[in-house]
This record gives sequence, structure tokens and C-alpha cells, in this order.
Amino acid sequence: MDEYTSSELVSIFAMQGFAGISLFSVLLLMALGLAIIFGQMGVINMAHGEFMAVGAYTTYFISFFAETYLPSFIPYYFIFAIVMAFFVAAILGYMAEFALIRHLYKRPLDTLLATWGLSLIMQQSFRTLFGAREVSPALPEWLLGSYQPTDTIDIPLNGMFVLALTAIVTLGVFYLLYKSSWGLRVRATTQNRVMSGAVGINTKKVDRYTFALGCGIAGIAGAAFTTIASTGPTTGTLYIVDTFMVVVFGGAASLLGTIVSAFSIAQAQSILEFFISGSMAKVYTLCALVLILMFKPEGLFASKVRR
Amino acid sequence: MNFVYEKLMGGKQGFFGFIILATLIIVILPLFLDIFRLNLVGKYLTYAFAAVSLVLLWGYGGILSLGQGVFFGLGGYGMAMFLKLEASSPENTQIQSTPGIPDFMDWNQIISLPWFWEPFNSLPLTIAAILILPALFAFIIGTAMFKRRVGGVYFAIITQVIAVILTILIVGQQGFTGGINGITDLRTLNGWDITSDNAKYIFYFLNAFLLLTVIVISRFILTSKFGSLLLAIRDKEDRVRFSGYDVSNFKIFIFSFSAMVSAIGGAMFTLQVGFMSPSFVGIVPSIEMVIFAAVGGRMSLIGVVYGTLLINFGKTTFSESFPELWLFLMGGLFISVVMFFPNGLAGLWNDYGHHITNKIPFWKKLKKTEVSQAVVEKTDEATV
Repeated sequence: MDEYTSSELVSIFAMQGFAGISLFSVLLLMALGLAIIFGQMGVINMAHGEFMAVGAYTTYFISFFAETYLPSFIPYYFIFAIVMAFFVAAILGYMAEFALIRHLYKRPLDTLLATWGLSLIMQQSFRTLFGAREVSPALPEWLLGSYQPTDTIDIPLNGMFVLALTAIVTLGVFYLLYKSSWGLRVRATTQNRVMSGAVGINTKKVDRYTFALGCGIAGIAGAAFTTIASTGPTTGTLYIVDTFMVVVFGGAASLLGTIVSAFSIAQAQSILEFFISGSMAKVYTLCALVLILMFKPEGLFASKVRR
Repeated sequence: MNFVYEKLMGGKQGFFGFIILATLIIVILPLFLDIFRLNLVGKYLTYAFAAVSLVLLWGYGGILSLGQGVFFGLGGYGMAMFLKLEASSPENTQIQSTPGIPDFMDWNQIISLPWFWEPFNSLPLTIAAILILPALFAFIIGTAMFKRRVGGVYFAIITQVIAVILTILIVGQQGFTGGINGITDLRTLNGWDITSDNAKYIFYFLNAFLLLTVIVISRFILTSKFGSLLLAIRDKEDRVRFSGYDVSNFKIFIFSFSAMVSAIGGAMFTLQVGFMSPSFVGIVPSIEMVIFAAVGGRMSLIGVVYGTLLINFGKTTFSESFPELWLFLMGGLFISVVMFFPNGLAGLWNDYGHHITNKIPFWKKLKKTEVSQAVVEKTDEATV
């Protein structure tokens, strides 16, 4: 570290910090969906990464459609694509819950295996429908380019856009879970399913919409992901382990914990990446996480509810 | 004799299952398959070690490890390191800038053998390392987690992360591990050509023998008091703890034992296939091992061997002729096993097998004697 001057170090940290923010946004969007599904419902959704890929492929498809038939629509398509990514992933999630997950609520370890099977099927479907090559949508011009506050710092616009999107989605999820009556029903069902049923909550319906919402948010994560990297059939599996680590590290039932842990994991990895190779940065980050989890198994922000 | 029959074989059902399996893999398959196919079966049977270890750990212990590939890989890499060092003797590697070290180290500008490769110069130390290191690693992980009562889902996720870490480490540290290609070009074991047909036959039988031994030892563990405790821990952990048992010690033991069993499979894999690479360590192979156990029947030591063989035959056949269909089939199989046949092939056999066996007169007679014996035992209990 001696060969860098202090002002250079500041620039490095700022640049890598902003690079980390893109990673943070995608991780957080993925983890929010998973925190709802895993934290609230206890379902280990190994296909969560594939729902993200569904969002990414939806964005790609809409961009392809816009390019071919409606060139004047290109500047606006991305907003539309985000909404569509949400709905396509949410509808698929709804169907998956109906066909698969609802039979397995009492066997959490088995949901892991069944959703892994689902993820294999979804991966192969992507490969059949869109080909094995990685694809990326044509981004509208307002997402390209960068903002330069000083000579040495260069912040890409797409990262800022994704960050703003993440902030909106996060606030939305907070409002839904903690302020709306639907959120009240979700939290009640999580805490005591039988009792919630007894006071008149349709727990099956709550489960289905909760799962669909979680998948839908993964779809938004996929749309955001397309601005950062290209999408392939196995993109989802690359992120699933990291996402689980974010949720577990943050404390499964805590949304605030999810945000803090997504931020610290993304930043640690991104800043380390500058000084050592990318793969070793990941090894160190994951090792540190495993070690911390051994001392604090319930995660950073444990919920104080007795079970 | 009774001890052998009841404890090591698991009564009538276990005994006949064991005999049939042993006949199949030791007599029938070698008689009817050529050496190329037999070598493939041998490779599949090395995965069966991991599947058997998952019966103990997951079926009976209720601990789902998504990191059996780690232990399989550690065993495999241990054996591969020994074979590689033998293959890179100074005479064989004269063209390198540093003769006497493995070729991939030379490509990565490493000029002397790293310290952790040194023990793998000797075969006894290698075998000891294959048996002890994975078990020790599992012991450390297990102690850290089970003592702090981390279990269930969290354990599964953390073991998965460990598999990811190890894969990235192996791929990233190319100079020390051979990177993504793994350790290849393994030819001799103490000067004996392991690629010859003769050696392949010997390794196949050694592998089959080891697998059957592991099954017998596992059966002994499961029929002992320890086995009953393991089941009790799976079903009502708190009650076992309240009864005064230190639950974590049992879990640590079974986790370490299962790691050792998987590692033996890994070492046999390297010997039969002739290389080892990170693609047998990561998430996908680890979960596939769970599939083998789930399809074969997570509660059946014998069933998982058939499950492993069946899936791998399917994989080889399908991915040769319809590669697109294979993942659909695998995914569908996975979902249907979990949803409709939680006890896998073995469960199906237990539920419907008597329709078939009842048609065999010899079996019928056996069953009758068994029933009358059971009645006698019951009355004995009643009088006590």
C-alpha cells in the first residue's frame, strides 16, 4: 500500500466504493426478495437466482422488441421493462408456489432440493429459448456515460440509476411489510401460522403472494443486473450463494440487517478486489463471513422473537 | 453369528439386500461389461461413497451437508498430489526450467515444491492424509457449528459456502493446485501403470470391496445404540439434550465419519479416472451427491448405491444423445422424488416390492419364518 499517495488512496476507495455500490444494489435487491421468502417464510429458494435471470431475460426481450419494432420507444423502454420484469417473475413465482412450494412448508430442507430441481429446469429453458450465449439489452443513452466530480473520480451513471432503483424498491418493501395491513398479515403468519389462521387470515393466500412478491423483486434485480453485466443461462447460480450469505449474515428475519450486510459484503469485496485478485477477494470475504457466523450464528441483527 | 447377522447386515432385509448388491457389483457387472464400461461403473461407485455418507448424515442424522464434494475433493486431490509427484520425477520433467516439480507449477513460475506438497511424496503419509485430513476438517467445522447449535438450514448454507470457497481457491491458486484443469497426467502408482486394463480391474474390485466394507461399518453404526440416538436427535433434538446427552458430540462424530467416507470415494475416483479437477468439488457435484442419496432413498444404505448407479447411467446415456433433455429430466426427477417419493427407490421397494417378491416361492417361505420369529419375540417381550 506504500506506493499510493493519500489522495490516490481516497480516489481508489471512492471509485471502488462506487463500483461496490452497483454490486451492493444487485445483491440487496436479490437479498430483499430472498429475505422475504427465506426470512419470513422459511423456504430455501435455490431457484431465486433463476428468477433474477427471468427478470434479466424479460428486459432483454423487451429491448429486442423495442429495437426491432418501435425504435422511438427505446429511451423509455427500460422503465417499462423493470415493471414487466417484476410481473413476469412474480407470476412465475406464484405458479411455482402453487405447484411446488406449498406442499413442502413443513420440510424446509426439502424445499432446498425441490427448488434446486426447479432451477435446473429453468436454466435449461433459458438455454432452449435464448441460446447458451450471454445476451445484453441495448441500454438507452441516458444510462450510459459517467459523472466526474474530480479528475481522478469517475462514477458511471448506470450505477447511480440502479442505486436509486434499489432505494425505491427497498422503501416500497419496508412500507409493504411494516405499514400496510398486508404486511401485518405476513408477519402474523410468520410468527404463528395456526393462530393467524384462527383469527381469520387466509394464510395460504398470504404465502402465495409473499412468495410471488419475493420472486418479483428478484425480477427487478434481474432488470438492474442487465445494466451492469450480460446475462447467460447460469447467471443466477453465480449469485445465489452470495445472496444467501447476505440474508444469513444480516439475520434472516431482519430487513435492516439485510441492507447492512449487503452493503458490507459488497464493499469489502469491491475494495479488496483492487489490492488482491478478484477470486482471492471473494475467498477472504466469504471466509470472514463464515467465521463471523460461527461466533454469531443468528446474524448481525437477530430478531428478538422467541420461537 | 447372530451379531454379524443382526448388527453388521441389518437383519434379513439388509442381509439379502447386501448379498444381492455384492453379487451385482462383484460378479455380474464384471462378467457382462467390457473394461471401458466397468471403469465407468467404478467411477459411479466412487460417488456412492458420498451417497452412503449422506445416508448417515442426512437420512439418519437430519443434517443436510451441501459440502460432501469438499471432502470428496480433498480425498481425490490427496491421491492426485501423490500420483502427480511420482509422475514429475526429475527424469520425466527434464525439459522444465525446474525439473522435479509438477508441470503446472513450472508454468506458473514456481521454483520449489510448496511445503504442503512435501508429505505427498510418501504413499503411507498420503493414505493417512486422505483418511485424516478431511475428517479433521469436518471435525473443526462441526465443532464450530454444532457446539454453537447451528443446524438445519444454516448448516446447509454454510457447508455450501465452504464448497464455494474451496473451489475458488483451487481455481485461483493455479500454481499450487493446477487451477481449473485440475491435476492431470497421472500414470503410475509406485511404478505400476494405472492406465492399463489390468490395473483398472484391480481398482474396480478394490473400490467395490471398500464400498461394501463402508456399508457394513455404516450398518454397524446405525444398528448400534449410537444409531438410535442419531434418529432421536433428528426427530426431537431437545428431548435428547434434556435426557443428558451432549447432542453436538454425536453430530460432530457422524459429520467427521461421513467426511472420511466421502474422501475414500474421492481417492478411488482419482485412481480410476486418472485425474482430479475442481469440477468435482463445488456446489453442483455436492448437490448431485444429495440427489443420488435422495433418489436411492435417504434412509437406505443399499438403495443409495442403486440410486447413484441409475442416475449416472441416465446422465451418461442422455447427455450423449439428448443433452438438452437431461437437465429437464434431472430437475423433474428431483422435484418428484422430493414431493412424491421422499424415501426414494428404497421406499418404493418397501411399499410395493412385496408384490414382486411374493411371486417367488422361496422368498414366501422365508417371510413366513420371519413372521413367526417376530411373533415369538413379541411374546417374549410381553412376558418380560
